[in-house]
Amino acid sequence: MEQFLQQLASGLANGAIYACVALALVMIYVSTDHINFAQGEMAMFSTYISWQLMTWGLSFWVAFVLAVLISFALGVLIERVILRPLHNAPVLSVVVVFIGLLAICNSMAGAIWSYLIKEFPSPFPKSSFGIAGLIGPHQLGVVLVTLIVLSLLFVFFRFTPLGLAMRAAAQNPQMARLVGVRVDWMLALGWGLAAAVGAVAGIMVAHIVYLDPNMMGGILLYAFASALVGGIGNPGGAVIGGFIVGVLENMVAFAGNQIEKVTGIYIIGNGEKLTVALIIVIFVLTVRPAGLFGRVVVKRV
Amino acid sequence: MPSLLEVKALKAYYGQTQALYDVGFDLAEGGITTLLGANGAGKTTTLRAICNMVRTEGAVRFAGKDVTGKPTEEIVRQRIAHVPEGRGTFTTLTVDENLRIAAYTRKDKGEIAAERDRVFSYFPRLKERVQQQAGTLSGGEQQMLAIARALMLKPRLMLLDEPSFGLAPLVVVEIFRILHRINEEEGVSILLVEQNAALALELATQAYVLETGRVVMSGPSAVVKNDENVRKSYLGY
Repeated sequence: MEQFLQQLASGLANGAIYACVALALVMIYVSTDHINFAQGEMAMFSTYISWQLMTWGLSFWVAFVLAVLISFALGVLIERVILRPLHNAPVLSVVVVFIGLLAICNSMAGAIWSYLIKEFPSPFPKSSFGIAGLIGPHQLGVVLVTLIVLSLLFVFFRFTPLGLAMRAAAQNPQMARLVGVRVDWMLALGWGLAAAVGAVAGIMVAHIVYLDPNMMGGILLYAFASALVGGIGNPGGAVIGGFIVGVLENMVAFAGNQIEKVTGIYIIGNGEKLTVALIIVIFVLTVRPAGLFGRVVVKRV
Repeated sequence: MPSLLEVKALKAYYGQTQALYDVGFDLAEGGITTLLGANGAGKTTTLRAICNMVRTEGAVRFAGKDVTGKPTEEIVRQRIAHVPEGRGTFTTLTVDENLRIAAYTRKDKGEIAAERDRVFSYFPRLKERVQQQAGTLSGGEQQMLAIARALMLKPRLMLLDEPSFGLAPLVVVEIFRILHRINEEEGVSILLVEQNAALALELATQAYVLETGRVVMSGPSAVVKNDENVRKSYLGY
């Protein structure tokens, strides 16, 4: 039982990370209809920025806030400089640019900070309390930080005029222009926010997966799965999808271990959890192609 | 009376296809002007060209200022409210959010609540549905929301594209009565594009007839209404 709860807790912590990256993907998807393949590498780059700031002597949280702000600015910049000229380009051109962006982030991080795996500190106290044995302080901290960030985003999009303008621009750009919303800037802001949320995910997960230029590869895959399970056009769904996928993969491994313990036959374990999780994702999508929380969009052709 | 909107030698293109060849007209402050014409004559394109939503040549002056070639979002900030064809609402946002986003560009934030109350006095039904998603409203209610949304901008000029489209006759009569009140009570000038020529000529004081991207006739509604060609082609008697 205790092992089960431990696995559940660590699944929630992973899920929080997937939720953030999935949300970043969805934010760009709903406003541009594109999947940003470079989202993970951008988050990795942000994590290196925070690491650099820490090695220059800043405390974790100061470095965290600064790195998130810098990532926001970089996100805006990428949209304005690289993607703006591609607004009316065919989908494939944009995909190629995203893949290029991925490669650039990856090799730039390698060139600046080397490919050596680095340890990344946790800001949360070592001493644990209450539910100590079940959930490590870092995992608990990760869940709390991401929940705070997600709530802030929710409040921003729900209750502020700028958030409303961004939603309007995503839903119907032409109409948004007609009410005076500067749609191009809203897109850039969306990129900034997505980069910032990705940065939070990267900085939070680096303590667990260690810091290296390829740290986000697997996580991006999980985030895609999360976004698809939740419904790619639905930000709330993406967040819930993140937690579902996070818990699911741990449960798969846990169930495999239990079966092995009881029967002595090895079927699945930690090594296969990604595969099994993705099989379940494909199954979900076969049954509900729009995702668990997505709506089927009927398009007139 | 000074002209609020002056359009001169307006040309518009969709890709390589030219949709407007030479459209020119004036719209008096406080007046209601209608553009008539068959399908494909360029009525909708004219409205879109005024807001620079299509590639445009020519000159558009609003309240004495040249707005030709300015981005759409800057033109509407001059307080031109465009209600596009097919109900210009944000379907996934609530009625309340639709009205709030409409007032997004207004500087006088304090006045917005009062504006909302005034808009609800025109459209009491929207008040009952204020937390509902716009996409779940009936066609007539969505059109009302689109007009209400336009009013939240406190416009000097409203561009209306087929407000009667797809609506029951009684609803259309109600909407046109409200448009008349808006023009009288708020002094909002209106440029109306409408398939229902009889209705449009009744509401408007000035009329322009478009054919294949050109103005072929213009004058006071009462005169245009009695023109034999207009009667045969657009009024059907």
